[in-house]
Amino acid sequence: MAIATTTAQLDRQRVWDVLFHNVTRIFAVGVLILLGGVMVALGIGAWPAFSAFGPSFFVSMAWNPVTDQYGALPAIFGTLVTSLIAMVIGVPLALGVAVFLTELCPAFLRRPIGTMIELLAAIPSIIYGIWGLFVLAPFLQLTVQPFLIDTLGNIPLIGILFQGPPLGLGMLTAGFILAMMVLPFITAVTRDVFLTVPAVLRESAYGIGATTSEVIRQIVVPYTRTGIIGGVMLGLGRALGETMAVTFVIGNAHEIHASLLAPGTTISATLANEFTDAVTPLYVSSLFALGFILFIITFIVLAAAKIMLLRLQQRAGT
Amino acid sequence: MSRYARRRIVNIVYLAASIAATAVGLIFLFLVLYALLRNGIPGLSTTLFTQTTPPPGSAGGLANAIYGSVVMTLVATLVGTPIGVLTGTYLAEYGKISWIAPTVRFVNDILLSAPSIIIGLFVYQIVVVQMGHFSAWAGSIALALIVMPVVIRTTEDMLTLVPGSLREAAAALGTPRWRVIVQVIYRAALQGMLTGVMLAVARIAGETAPLLFTALNNQFWSADMNAPMANLPVVIFQFALSPYADWQRLAWAGATMITLTILILNILARLLASWSSRTP
Repeated sequence: MAIATTTAQLDRQRVWDVLFHNVTRIFAVGVLILLGGVMVALGIGAWPAFSAFGPSFFVSMAWNPVTDQYGALPAIFGTLVTSLIAMVIGVPLALGVAVFLTELCPAFLRRPIGTMIELLAAIPSIIYGIWGLFVLAPFLQLTVQPFLIDTLGNIPLIGILFQGPPLGLGMLTAGFILAMMVLPFITAVTRDVFLTVPAVLRESAYGIGATTSEVIRQIVVPYTRTGIIGGVMLGLGRALGETMAVTFVIGNAHEIHASLLAPGTTISATLANEFTDAVTPLYVSSLFALGFILFIITFIVLAAAKIMLLRLQQRAGT
Repeated sequence: MSRYARRRIVNIVYLAASIAATAVGLIFLFLVLYALLRNGIPGLSTTLFTQTTPPPGSAGGLANAIYGSVVMTLVATLVGTPIGVLTGTYLAEYGKISWIAPTVRFVNDILLSAPSIIIGLFVYQIVVVQMGHFSAWAGSIALALIVMPVVIRTTEDMLTLVPGSLREAAAALGTPRWRVIVQVIYRAALQGMLTGVMLAVARIAGETAPLLFTALNNQFWSADMNAPMANLPVVIFQFALSPYADWQRLAWAGATMITLTILILNILARLLASWSSRTP
């Protein structure tokens, strides 16, 4: 009798075991389905635009809801340029912060300063947007941009990047805000990979008389190169898709200008601004097509970042 | 100049640059917070919570937007958390030998950083288009899809931190595996998992992009989950870009409220995490 009960109990537990295992597996597979679903749903939404405009969608400058003609080039251009500016400004800053936190910072300040830098990532995008619009843009318009136009604007070759009226809003402003937004993400990754450098390596370098800067350049950076690149790519992935902050300060013009001070648009800003106003099916579909392009670009960048970080992890594991 | 002196100077320049970079980051944080407090504090009053969003040129509050944000954040957290916890459990406990776990982990990390506006487009396509109209449900689903990767990641991390000896001890007593996980491992990792949920709530509290094409916005009080619902981020977006001073003031007040909430959630989550790592 007692044995029968135990067997029944065991059976019941076995059923529960199988059930629990499979439920968790179903949800895990659900994540994969979700990614596939996003791609398919965006692809279906984008199809009418791709089939109507063909490959010329990618190189067309047109964006005209009246004649129902759309092209992705200005948005793609703006997305790439603002992200590039963000990387040029943000990467050195982020690496500087990571170096400070790992090599220089007194131990009792490490936690608070690290946390404050991380809080930069917690502030929502829209807050950066409203700040950029009301505080940063007027400041840049009155001080920094006239200075840039008067100095860098007169230099041959690169001068063309800094010409035109100081509007405050534009690609440079958007790029600057993006730089500040991706800083905490790049810092978090690079700080972590800096800490994976074996103490023995670092100490041997100090032992033969290397300065801190030499240890960083010749020991830490070479050892963690893949990780740094991974962190930078992660930041790039964030910058490419960042929406609200950019929407506030980019100026929202479907134009391509050589000058970084000129207004432009990005894929995400176009979506945020125009999606609910899109009336014709082709307009909606063209916006979906932009979203699809953005998704593919960020997917590739983020996947590359992840692969690099995984490779570093595997090496650290062996 | 001797070689030694040159190396010293290079070193000092390097270190000064890294201190300057950190200073730029911190100054930026304080500038944003200062602007928020300066422009937002004057607008904070009880009418924010009692009156609904006004038409241009008249006084009002943000009551409907606050309600909408709270409801949608709550629904999204309630939907996203269990899914995230179960998936994280699979990755940490069952996924050791299967190809599924590494793939899911990889995809999840991409979803974690994927542009949130893409999630908005996706939910528009599969929910809004099917239902035929914008709704608070669609907004909640979009936010839940953002909660999920965060919870998956922290759950997995926290479960892997639980020592294997605890699992073995429970198994040695004859405990079935699912009970080991639910009654022993979850309990040991509870604080960490809670931290993850708090960070996820903080993340979606200010998300705007996924709500633009899903929950849309609503000028009036609405508790109907099947209809468009006002929410703080979209109201801030709309009001801040308007030419009306009243609306801009409300936008700043809303922005201050959201940011303070998120910063408090973040700091609480960190305190909880450091507290739980101290008690074994």
